Amino acid sequence: MRHFVIVGILVIALAVLTYVGLDSAGLMPVPASAQAGPIDWLWDLQVKAMSFLFSLIVVPMLYSLLVFRRKKGDTTDAVHVEGNTTLEVVWTVIPLVVVLGMAFVGAQNLGETRRADPDAMVVNVTGFQWGWSFEYPEYGITSKELYLPVNKQVLLKMTSRDVIHSFWVPEFRVKQDLVPGRITELRITPTLLGDTYKVRCSEICGTSHAYMENPVIVVEKVAFDAWVAEQQALAAEAGQTPEGRGLALVTANGCRGCHSIDGSPGVGPTWFRLAGSEVPLSGGGTVIADDAFLAESILQPQAKIVAGFEAQQMPAYNFTEEQVADIIAYIKTLK
Amino acid sequence: MKRKYTVGSGLLFLLIAGGVGYLIGLGLDALIMKNVRWTAPVPSAFSLLFAFTAFFFGVYGYRGITRGLVYQVVWTLIGGFIVTGIRVMMGLSVFGGFFFTEPAWVFGALVGAVAFLFGVGVMDDWVKWARGIDTPEFHEDEPGWEKFLGVSLDHKVIGIQYTVTALFLISVGGTFALIFRTELAASGLQFLNVGMNLFGQNGPQLYNTLMSLHGMIMIVSILLGIAGIINYAVPLLVGAHDMAFPRMNAFAYWVSVPAAVLLLMSLVLGGFDTGWTGYPPLSVKAPVGQQMFFLGVFIAGWSSILGALNVIATVVRMRARGMTAMRMPILVWASVATSIIALTATQLIGLSFQLVMFQRLFGMGFFDPAKGGNPVLFQHLFWFYSHPAVYVFVLPGLGVISELLPVFVRKPLFGYRWVAMSSLGIALVGFLVWAHHMFTSGMNEYLRVPFMYSTLLVAVPTGVKFFSWVATIWGGKIETPTPMLFVLGAIVVFLMGGLSGPPNATVSVDLHLHDTYFIVGHFHDTIFGGFVFPFFAAIYYWFPKATGRRMNEFWGKVHFWLMTPSFLILTFGMMRVGLLGMRRRIADYDPAQGFDTTHLILTIAAFAIALSVLIFLINFFHSIKHGEKAQGNVWNSRSPEWQVSSPMPAHNYETPFEVVGEPYDYGLPGSKYIDFVPAQGGKH
Repeated sequence: MRHFVIVGILVIALAVLTYVGLDSAGLMPVPASAQAGPIDWLWDLQVKAMSFLFSLIVVPMLYSLLVFRRKKGDTTDAVHVEGNTTLEVVWTVIPLVVVLGMAFVGAQNLGETRRADPDAMVVNVTGFQWGWSFEYPEYGITSKELYLPVNKQVLLKMTSRDVIHSFWVPEFRVKQDLVPGRITELRITPTLLGDTYKVRCSEICGTSHAYMENPVIVVEKVAFDAWVAEQQALAAEAGQTPEGRGLALVTANGCRGCHSIDGSPGVGPTWFRLAGSEVPLSGGGTVIADDAFLAESILQPQAKIVAGFEAQQMPAYNFTEEQVADIIAYIKTLK
Repeated sequence: MKRKYTVGSGLLFLLIAGGVGYLIGLGLDALIMKNVRWTAPVPSAFSLLFAFTAFFFGVYGYRGITRGLVYQVVWTLIGGFIVTGIRVMMGLSVFGGFFFTEPAWVFGALVGAVAFLFGVGVMDDWVKWARGIDTPEFHEDEPGWEKFLGVSLDHKVIGIQYTVTALFLISVGGTFALIFRTELAASGLQFLNVGMNLFGQNGPQLYNTLMSLHGMIMIVSILLGIAGIINYAVPLLVGAHDMAFPRMNAFAYWVSVPAAVLLLMSLVLGGFDTGWTGYPPLSVKAPVGQQMFFLGVFIAGWSSILGALNVIATVVRMRARGMTAMRMPILVWASVATSIIALTATQLIGLSFQLVMFQRLFGMGFFDPAKGGNPVLFQHLFWFYSHPAVYVFVLPGLGVISELLPVFVRKPLFGYRWVAMSSLGIALVGFLVWAHHMFTSGMNEYLRVPFMYSTLLVAVPTGVKFFSWVATIWGGKIETPTPMLFVLGAIVVFLMGGLSGPPNATVSVDLHLHDTYFIVGHFHDTIFGGFVFPFFAAIYYWFPKATGRRMNEFWGKVHFWLMTPSFLILTFGMMRVGLLGMRRRIADYDPAQGFDTTHLILTIAAFAIALSVLIFLINFFHSIKHGEKAQGNVWNSRSPEWQVSSPMPAHNYETPFEVVGEPYDYGLPGSKYIDFVPAQGGKH
């Protein structure tokens, strides 16, 4: 009996200690969305349960190891105890009730994170290898950065152009895959201003998966409106020149995820000083990067492969002739 | 007569053939690509195959495994050239950057794997029977270590073959982990950067390949490891003279060897960047290495399925007299539970991979939305096996824990029936939980809730095991030699895995945890606790039975005390950064997230684990010849295999035994588990 009392006290002591320790370590990132609230609450409940169960198993084990250790010279067996049906029923039924309760709470909790605001702002998200593009249909603008007004629910309608990606901003907690050929939805209500958040692709999507991170910026409504107006003006201005339209296309299609514009190495050949240069081809020989070669490389990337990039699979793009000319005009500005 | 072969001559042959293979590959590649490419895939592929084969030739001569590998190499080339010839006639492209085109590689690899089986000789008896030639029921094995490199029908030899192959693959998979763990020690790409190029892959791609192969090679090594334990122990525990189908048993082992070769081939044939899960559409776009990976797993699946069938048949039909279901050793229960899953679920991973193979080869649009396919369907098929597979990995390990605990605490296993039934319970519930891997996948949103319920239910039978173990230990007279240390370590580490599980089951919390390092930490805890620690415990425990010698106790303890804390640090650190936003399967991380210090610690911990395993391997191979002699009942166990001398005679028990009591009645005076009784005619 004495053993049980000591172990009982130790279990409670270690459980409290474990929970306080874990809690003070700061386990989660800053909660920055309304959805983070219920999730962090449930997580905290689970940390409490984990701390208790950890102690419940580890304490009696360590206690037995220390107290019931075989004494030197003792060669006899221990007391013959085969089991105890009451105990077995107890530690089957109680956990059963607890996990059913946990599942019920979990379902409620999921419901809270999915609460829909009918006035939510829609943003169409496209994921691609390797980057993100955010289109605001209400305002007619497209951006590489996800600008969001604080305390306003946003409905992300997401799809992928190539492989599966996953939308995740750790501070917002919730996560949703982007599947080619369909639209998946995610609702987020940012609650904390900040310009250091990033959406980080969390489903492996190939070579540069690690770098599929775009900025997420949460601002006041006024600042958001100012940003929208600025983007609209920039878009209108860029539309005037071929290289401006080319830059917009390049941004919307994420070309720079693979092709650098400053000569640094990347998954694809750099565009820096590319136009007019002599390019070595896989399998020998070279070609001058004139308009015809650049156009072919955009429309039929596998036709001529640049030496050193054999293992890459650039997808073919269906641009119109004008769009291709715009992109080439942009590439020519990179000197 | 017989030439004397040694490991030294094997290594010499390895180097020479590796070089020759490399030069041949280089020449062929230069011929096709009109360019000398030193680090291209093809020279490496040839070098790997030639070196591997030549090593065994040097060690063992042209028979057994060497002949199998030669057949595999030659027939891979023949198969490749057949398809290439057909392509010539059809006017299709003939060669590519990987020498053969993808269809030629796939067909060649398939033919090569089948040819291996004929080469190694595991088909010999069946071929003879088909031709009307009779063969003896038993084939006597060579006396020395040579029997392990050729076909043997003895379950003990096959069990050791499985175990050693598993240890080899664990070393390979672990080395891969060390390579990418080193890259992760600091943010930024240190050596696996875009500037480097090896096997046709740049740094980040090679990272992805190594990371993906680490996963699958370890999974295959686990399947072989549990097959090793089960094959060696189960017939001894139930008192059978062998497995029910010895030839199929040998086949199941040998089919895993060409499968492992194919998996390694995928590294040099362009690799693949999908992780071990191989989700399309990414796996449709990856290089030909992806196909080698799919084919390797597909073939390894045969090993698992046939092995499981054999275990079930053996336990059902070949138990000793008096061994009723509730008097079977607990490891036998666990083996049956695991075999039921392996027998009925493995087909689904083979099928899902086969569908992607066909999509790549024949343009069938199973998972291509443009052709009406559905990428999410793959995930359902894949996880329908791959979640229960986790229970295939851990149930035998949990069985080892339950089997060994009573021996070292000198008390009966607490609640034997409950522990036995909990294995079946886990196996059953395990079939109903697969979609918890897909909470963020875009599957039906409301279906997530029932899968949350079913997943949390797994905690109930798992809890029964934990409570019963603690109750077994409570009040026991505990001894802690090396096997017991690993059993205790297994319980603690598996507890970490068990406790970090339920948060992933609750959907809302999982939306944060999914695809992060939290999952990586959780998973490694379950696998180390459920497989790696018990596997080491089982090796230390049954080593004297297999060899008649003990492994060194001091170095065993060093192994344990180095590995356990390092491993706990590793997985705690993984979970910590995961919660804070570290995604899984990334070659690099954002320095702004502040993970650099933690990752450096994790890398050091990983190397400490590797060092401890190296110590284990040296101890293992050294003790085979030089260990302390131990031919009696080393652990003072009640189990039947310890009642006869070690090493075990070729056909197990010379006198059959009859079960007359409970298996774990330690501390009950006058009780007996078995009695040896001379056979009364006929085989049992």
